[in-house]
Amino acid sequence: MTARWRWIPSLAWRESRTARRRLLLYMSSISLGVGALVAIDSIADNVSAAVRLQSRSVMGGDVSFTSDTRYPDSLKALLDSLARTGPTMATVVTFTSMAYAPRTQITRLAQVRAVGPTYPPYGAVTSEPANLWGELQKRPAALVSPSTLISLDANVGDTLSIGFSQFIIIGTTNSVPGDPGLASAIGPRVFIAEQYVASTQLLGFGSRASFETLVRLPDGVQSPQWVEPIRARFRAANIRVRTVVQQEENMTEAISRLADFLGIVGMIALLLGGIGVASGVNAFMNRKIDTVAVLRCLGATGSQVLAIYVTQAALMGLAGAAIGAAIGVAIQFALPVALEGTLPLDVTVQIVPKAIGVGLAIGVWVALVFSLRPLLALRRVSPLQALRRDAEALEHQRRRDIPSHLVNIALVASVVVLAISRTDNWRRGILVALGIGVSLLLLWGSATLLSHLARRLVAQRLPYLLRQGVANLYRPANQTRSVILALGFGAFLVSTLYLVQANLLRQFEVSAQAARGNLVFFDVQDDQRVAIDSIVQATGEQAVSATPLVTMKLKSINGQALDVWGAAHALPRRNWAFNREYRSTYRDTVVVTEQITAGKWFGGSGTDTLSEMSLEQGLATDLAVSLGDTLTWDVQGVPVAARLTSLREVNWGRFEPNFFAVFQSKALSTAPKMFVLVAAISSDTVIARIQRNVVLRFPNASSVDLSLLRATVLEIIGRITLAVRFLALFSLAMAVPVLFSAVAATRRDRLREGVLLKTLGATRAQIGRILLAEYALLGMLGAFTGMLLSFVGAWALVTFVFDGQFSPALLPAFLIAGVMMTLAVAIGMATGREVFRETPMAALRDT
Amino acid sequence: MLVASNLQKEYPSGAGTLAVLKQVSFTIPQGSLVAIVGPSGSGKTTLLGLLAGLDVPSSGTVSLDGVELNRLTEDERARLRGEKVGFIFQTFQLIPTLTALENVQVPLELRGDFGAPERAKMLLEHVGLGDRMDHFPSQLSGGEQQRVAIARAFSNSPKILFADEPTGNLDGVTGAKIVELLESLNKSSGSTVVIVTHDLTLAERAGRIIRLRDGDIVEDRTTSATPPVPASSTAR
Ligand SMILES: Nc1ncnc2c1ncn2[C@@H]1O[C@H](COP(=O)(O)OP(=O)(O)OP(=O)(O)O)[C@@H](O)[C@H]1O
Ligand SMILES: [Mg+2]
Repeated sequence: MTARWRWIPSLAWRESRTARRRLLLYMSSISLGVGALVAIDSIADNVSAAVRLQSRSVMGGDVSFTSDTRYPDSLKALLDSLARTGPTMATVVTFTSMAYAPRTQITRLAQVRAVGPTYPPYGAVTSEPANLWGELQKRPAALVSPSTLISLDANVGDTLSIGFSQFIIIGTTNSVPGDPGLASAIGPRVFIAEQYVASTQLLGFGSRASFETLVRLPDGVQSPQWVEPIRARFRAANIRVRTVVQQEENMTEAISRLADFLGIVGMIALLLGGIGVASGVNAFMNRKIDTVAVLRCLGATGSQVLAIYVTQAALMGLAGAAIGAAIGVAIQFALPVALEGTLPLDVTVQIVPKAIGVGLAIGVWVALVFSLRPLLALRRVSPLQALRRDAEALEHQRRRDIPSHLVNIALVASVVVLAISRTDNWRRGILVALGIGVSLLLLWGSATLLSHLARRLVAQRLPYLLRQGVANLYRPANQTRSVILALGFGAFLVSTLYLVQANLLRQFEVSAQAARGNLVFFDVQDDQRVAIDSIVQATGEQAVSATPLVTMKLKSINGQALDVWGAAHALPRRNWAFNREYRSTYRDTVVVTEQITAGKWFGGSGTDTLSEMSLEQGLATDLAVSLGDTLTWDVQGVPVAARLTSLREVNWGRFEPNFFAVFQSKALSTAPKMFVLVAAISSDTVIARIQRNVVLRFPNASSVDLSLLRATVLEIIGRITLAVRFLALFSLAMAVPVLFSAVAATRRDRLREGVLLKTLGATRAQIGRILLAEYALLGMLGAFTGMLLSFVGAWALVTFVFDGQFSPALLPAFLIAGVMMTLAVAIGMATGREVFRETPMAALRDT
Repeated sequence: MLVASNLQKEYPSGAGTLAVLKQVSFTIPQGSLVAIVGPSGSGKTTLLGLLAGLDVPSSGTVSLDGVELNRLTEDERARLRGEKVGFIFQTFQLIPTLTALENVQVPLELRGDFGAPERAKMLLEHVGLGDRMDHFPSQLSGGEQQRVAIARAFSNSPKILFADEPTGNLDGVTGAKIVELLESLNKSSGSTVVIVTHDLTLAERAGRIIRLRDGDIVEDRTTSATPPVPASSTAR
């Protein structure tokens, strides 16, 4: 028995001789899908490897303690005693301040990182010029990020004012461990020594700073074990404790989630490619009927025939997948170059054999499963065909038997398994598979509908050429379904991507544009407020608002201590809402960024002796409080009680001061407070002048030019947009070989028919118009069905996955549909060009 | 030995059926050269298809060397063809992507013979195409293509060879050469040869002529041309 298989591989290879290129073209439908998967998996692997290697330097140490206030003495003593047992401790204080360059008279809000002598505990800081990090501890000197120099128009050697103190800029530094690249690329960074913080006089009352201690553990000590006995004590003091292990987990999880999402896009690309393979192989198979009939006459069994062509399909599928893998690796190597400077880690790009292997395997499998469907029919080609050619014989052969059911099951199972493996979650995987299935069904349905409609239409009195084109849509073995599937699915993908992107980014853009002012002063003390007001007014401009800020902590609820309240309401033991420091405000009106969702705004009942307050609704849930409850707050040592009379929904996305807790004016008007001032200034030069004048008088008053911030936001949006455009272009590129394959299915019939029409006297222009009518109709239906589907898909994604509000972007969607339609017509006409070229003579030759 | 008994082939036509072959019976002894003739549409190709097991009759049986063909599955018939049957077609039906040599090898390869290339070379030399082995069908003339097809048909030493109008696409001289080749192979190999043809001069060279008209045998006679090979020379 086995002897009968001895020659099959060799015979398959030789027989494929002239068809290899064509078959490879069909198989290239899967290339981009495989490329996407290989690229995504490889990059995810490289980045995860980088995380594993560098999470220490990203965090800066093995363990980090972070607090908004200075550590209590007891904990400081604890850390000191622990330091004597081996670990290295390094401290860094981070705060924002105006940085002012007297020479250029430019001010910018900068992040100041004041580092202790042992910082960073891991890695070394490189500076330009070299070896200056140690200098910081010796004198009031500053190393700054390159962007700081640019935004201040300053040079190395210039003086930099920070608060009430001055520093010499001795050089620049880029990547400091514990300070990820992306963040420092956006905001100016200034590094000074911790010992000089006091001289800036910036860390006084109400100012925001973060105090971090980084611990480098001796080799062999595991961070989770080391931190466990002391974790609770730090938590109790509101000090956040992180270990490098957690950090690594968080980062790898984020990476794998992103990779999952992109992987689904890649998988859908691959499936779309599978449809291309199926229609291409279908076309291929139609050309092979004669050969198969002869083989059958010469004694080939059905399984031998199948083996010959499955071998060919597998080989070419492998080639298509290999091309895809090469594309994937190329993307993998190109991407870090494109993202230069935005990655928080140094990613070493390395070939990932596993990703390539998996990509190849999935690619070959998809190619095989999708080719098997049409190839199965070859088993049933009758040897009689060699004696008498019967054009429709194959159609009769396409009976549903057990193997063809098995292939169908394998097809569906492949999609489901792929989806599940890509989403790492069987429920989501099945949902994704279902979504794909439903989209395909809808496209299939609309294609069938078109076929029927075409038949109806032809009965009407259409001009001949148009009628012939329309008739092509329903004739036997037509390409209507495969073209519409390919086109519609492509349009669906591209348009969904675009709509989701447009909807997500619109939220940012709206908030970036909508702020009422463009110059914001933070942390303005009560006594500075009038002075800043007059500096603004001196330039002929107006401050639009002054929002008071009062820092406070929650003390009790309805007279119960917080732990009692928490226990009674089954709240988690460590409740951030109980422990955090609130920056609240008082005012008597509702602002535009908030909406009352329950209760009444202040002043509803005049009889209450207690002040009223309003909470953000999510916080109210976290605290388990409801309308009418009394909350007592600790305002700088003074207890203030207020009754909760309303809940609000707050739009945090806007550049406006927003608050969890808002009080009636009378509750807090005498409390110690600071202000956020917003001014609407008409020109950039005036903004710069005001900032300078304010900094000169009040070095501790920070201000930010929102137009700069807006520019930064817009730049980030630009990058995301670029990435999405790339994805969209990628999907579009993918549709091309698929469409080619779909169109190829009827290429030979078309050729024969065109030549025949020519013999009968049709001009090239007439044949062109027939083709145009057909492809324009196909293109229109496919593209617009895809577009409609994309509205549903994008709406679902935006609403359920991203929690946003969907609004259809009609014009771009129509544009995409138009492009897809043009693509279909172009590819159709390109395939038809042979019809133009062939002379009627060809009709005499039997090909 | 090939035995056809009461072969009937019908095709659905409109409301009823159309009988293309009507109760056809005959026996062809091993080693003979038989011509099937008849006007166009008389059912010659249909009959050939049934005799070779390419198709199944509506009723009646065909048995080849005692094996009843309609008892076999499609694949079993294919294997039988691979072992015992050879084919020659009017349109040559060489596989366009394979060279002459590779075409001749195919039946051997499908059976899994080790010596496929050597035997194929020998056969090609025998039909006078030793210098054209690596040519593709499109690079050969019609007569050459048909000679390749003959070499292919004999490559598996068939018990019986069917030829459907082997000279139909060739000019008279080339056609005559093809028939001579078939005759000589018939004699040297002892294979039974069944030729369907329009060409009466060609038919006269066969030892026996079966004439069909409208699906009926209207004549079945032996000619003086070639004495049938004695039945004793056949195995089994
Ligand atoms: N699949 C079919 N369905 C219906 N009728 C068929 C079918 N195949 C053949 N016929 C009919 O059977 C009859 C015999 O056909 P066949 O091809 O056997 O004739 P032939 O003798 O080989 O003719 P020719 O010399 O022209 O090749 C014809 O009338 C043909 O129309
Ligand atoms: Mg015939």
